[in-house]
This record gives sequence, structure tokens and C-alpha cells, in this order.
Amino acid sequence: MRSIDVREVTGQVARMVVEANIGLPRDVFAALRKARENEDNPSGREILGQLLENARLAREMNLPLCQDTGLAVFFVEMGQECRLRGDLYQAINDGVSQGYAQGYLRKSVCNPLSRKNTGDNTPASIHLDLVPGDRLKIRFMPKGGGSENMSGLAMLTPSHGLEGVKEFVLQRVAVAGPNPCPPGIIGIGIGGSFDQAPLLAKKALFRSLDDIHQDQEVRDLEAELFESVNSLGIGPMGMGGKTTCLGLKIETAPCHIASLPVAVNIQCHAARHKEVSL
Amino acid sequence: MSQEIKLSTPFQEEDVLKLRTGDKVLLSGRIYAARDAAHKRLLQDLDQGMEAPFNLQGAVLYYVGPTPAPPGRVIGSAGPTTSSRMDAYTPRMHVLGIKATIGKGRRSEEVRRVLREQKAVYLGATGGAGALLSRCITGSRVLAYQDLDTEAIRELEVQDFPLLVVNDAYGGELYATARL
Repeated sequence: MRSIDVREVTGQVARMVVEANIGLPRDVFAALRKARENEDNPSGREILGQLLENARLAREMNLPLCQDTGLAVFFVEMGQECRLRGDLYQAINDGVSQGYAQGYLRKSVCNPLSRKNTGDNTPASIHLDLVPGDRLKIRFMPKGGGSENMSGLAMLTPSHGLEGVKEFVLQRVAVAGPNPCPPGIIGIGIGGSFDQAPLLAKKALFRSLDDIHQDQEVRDLEAELFESVNSLGIGPMGMGGKTTCLGLKIETAPCHIASLPVAVNIQCHAARHKEVSL
Repeated sequence: MSQEIKLSTPFQEEDVLKLRTGDKVLLSGRIYAARDAAHKRLLQDLDQGMEAPFNLQGAVLYYVGPTPAPPGRVIGSAGPTTSSRMDAYTPRMHVLGIKATIGKGRRSEEVRRVLREQKAVYLGATGGAGALLSRCITGSRVLAYQDLDTEAIRELEVQDFPLLVVNDAYGGELYATARL
């Protein structure tokens, strides 16, 4: 059985939290550039130009793209034939603590009642899946508060149907308007239970913008909703125009015959993520 | 027709009155960084008869919680945060003399009414452009609430800080309404 020392996890996490916050992923940069070419609204185009310039400067100045360096969200896939030496959760949190200090990242985590800052951006939000194989895959996303606040869950019922799902998604994005820093990525979870749907929505945000869903029905719904969202006219930073989202990704799971949960997780244009496989 | 205006702080009433929704503003001078926790504590302190840590008359507030300054820089990444979270405090801030706030996103009906009544403006900076905007900040020092860390009140020196007038003192609104 393959064995991994969790100290290696700590080192990798400390490195990836810094890199993720500074370098805009290639797919997001390309999508912003394409959006600028296609945007008709001059103010919207100017904003998109600033975002591309910001991404370039962040790398050049070695500064975070955005001051909101997020709540640290991890999706970890652990091979069932991989054995860990040490505490995985502690190792990830140690990596977050080290990376956020060494990388001059903002500490944005606090006690929900007293509002006292924990001081090192821990604890991270860690989701662990057991998978076949002997690898350990760690995916990280610093999730900003502004876009997270605009996300929502609806416990629809079967009679609402697909139309109800579409209506809820569009209504969430419309209500959010300029607040979550459009054009971002819309992550949608359909099905599962009250707890599963938002997790599916968040997982959807980890997919690359050019990733194609295997299920044709989901693929068609993604394409349709992508068009509908971009017809809302919110535009870059709410200035109007046809670029309200850069991508829209859906994940589904079977649900109870009485239920139709839908979750919408909004991601801003600084759609940062990073992954490492050990 | 929107215009590009260079302005310096503190604001006088006539500065505010010449601004119209859609105008570009290049702002220079001292502005004050304050977000959620600083607003709450400042108003509590004022209630208890304490003095504000800076002169509120004509002052400009920036809703920002910057990343720590790396060696050799005055500040880290420093873009605007979502303004609506400050809506609960903003009317009182304007009554106390604040003439402009800087953030991103939509303001409440009440805030927009108070802007008209108190002759004040709401200015938008580009959200998520923290590295770009940090280059217009030439000085930063903590004035109060150091224990709040990124949420402390800071005095920032800015030079040609690029802004758009979102809500002017005449009821204007810059943001597009979504077509549902």
C-alpha cells in the first residue's frame, strides 16, 4: 500500500494557496479576453480590460488578484489504497496557516457569533471523498465572501419541474446583480438532499470552463442557462452588457421522489483554483 | 454626457453637486478605509461620547479590507468590498458628515434617499481589481481598531484613484436592471 507523509500535504497546500491567489487560471483569463472582444457595451468592455490588466499586474507585482483571498475550500479525493501517515485535516490547516502568513494573504475567517478573527484563515472547509486508486488529489479554491453571499438554495418540488429550476437560477443571478463581481461563474447543483445540492454547486465551480459534461441533458441545460444568464443584461460589474457570466456549470444527483433541491453558488470573475496530485 | 473629473478630499458640497451618475472620477488625497466591523464599532464609540478617529466632515470612506503589505509596498491588494453590507450604517454616516463612500454593488433605497437629502455620493471602484487599484494608494496607516486587523480603520493616501459615480445626489443609478 502506498503511503504519504502528511507533511508533504502541508508543504503543497502552503504553496498552492499562495499561487492560486496570485495567478488567474488560464481558462478564466482566456474567457475574459474573449468576453472583451464580444462585449458591445463600452463601459463593460473597459471593466473587462481592467480585469485583464489586473491579472497581469498581480503576477508582475506578486500580489493577490483580489484583497478577498477567501475562505479556503478544499475538495480532497483520497485513493482507498493510499495510507496517510499523520492527520490529514491538521496537515491541510497547517498548510493554510503557513501559506496565508508567508504569502501576505488576508485572514478572513472569524467566529460566527463573536466575530473574532481566527488570525490565520483556518479552519479550512475540507470535503473528503474516497475514490479507487492510491493517489491523493487536493483541489483548492479561495472562495470570496461577496459572491458567496449572493448564493442560494431552493427546496423546489416535482411540480416546479425544469422550468422552476431555470426560473430560480435566473432569479438568483438577477437579484445578485452587480454585487458578486460579474462576470463570474455560476455553479449549480440540482437534486440530492438539502445538504448535497449546495455541495454539488460548489463542486461544479471546480470544473474548467472548457470542460464538457458527459451527460447530454446536463450539457444542453448548461448551454441554455448560459445564454439566458447572459441575456439578463447585468454586464461586467453591473454596468450593462451581454457578459454576465463566463461559464455556467451544473452537477446533478438523484433525489427523493418528493423533492427537487436546486442550489446556485455564484463565483466572481477572480475564479481562482489550483490542484495537486500526490 | 458623462465626464472625467479630478477631485481632492475632503469634499465640499459643491464637489458633490457637480457629480452625476456615470461620471468618471480620479480621486486624490486622504480617504478612510472602514468595513463591517469598523462601522459597527465606530458608531458604538460615538454613542458612548467618544471622538471619531478622523474628521468626518466631508470625509470619503472606502469599503476595503486590504491584504497585508508585503515588504517594500505600502499596502497589499486593495479593491472594494460589497457596499450593501454597510447600508445599515450608511445613513447615519452621512448625517455625521461623510460626503462619499466607495465600494461595489447596489445600495439600498434608504441609502439612495439619504444621498439626496444629505448631498452625498456613492462611488464605485472595480471589484476584484485589487492589484491594479493598489497602485493608486501611496500611503497607509492604521488610525484605530488595530485589533480588527484587515478591518481596522486606515487612513489611505490615494493618487488618481479611478472611480465611477454610481449614485449621485440627484437620485441617479448607474447599475443596469436585470431583464427577467
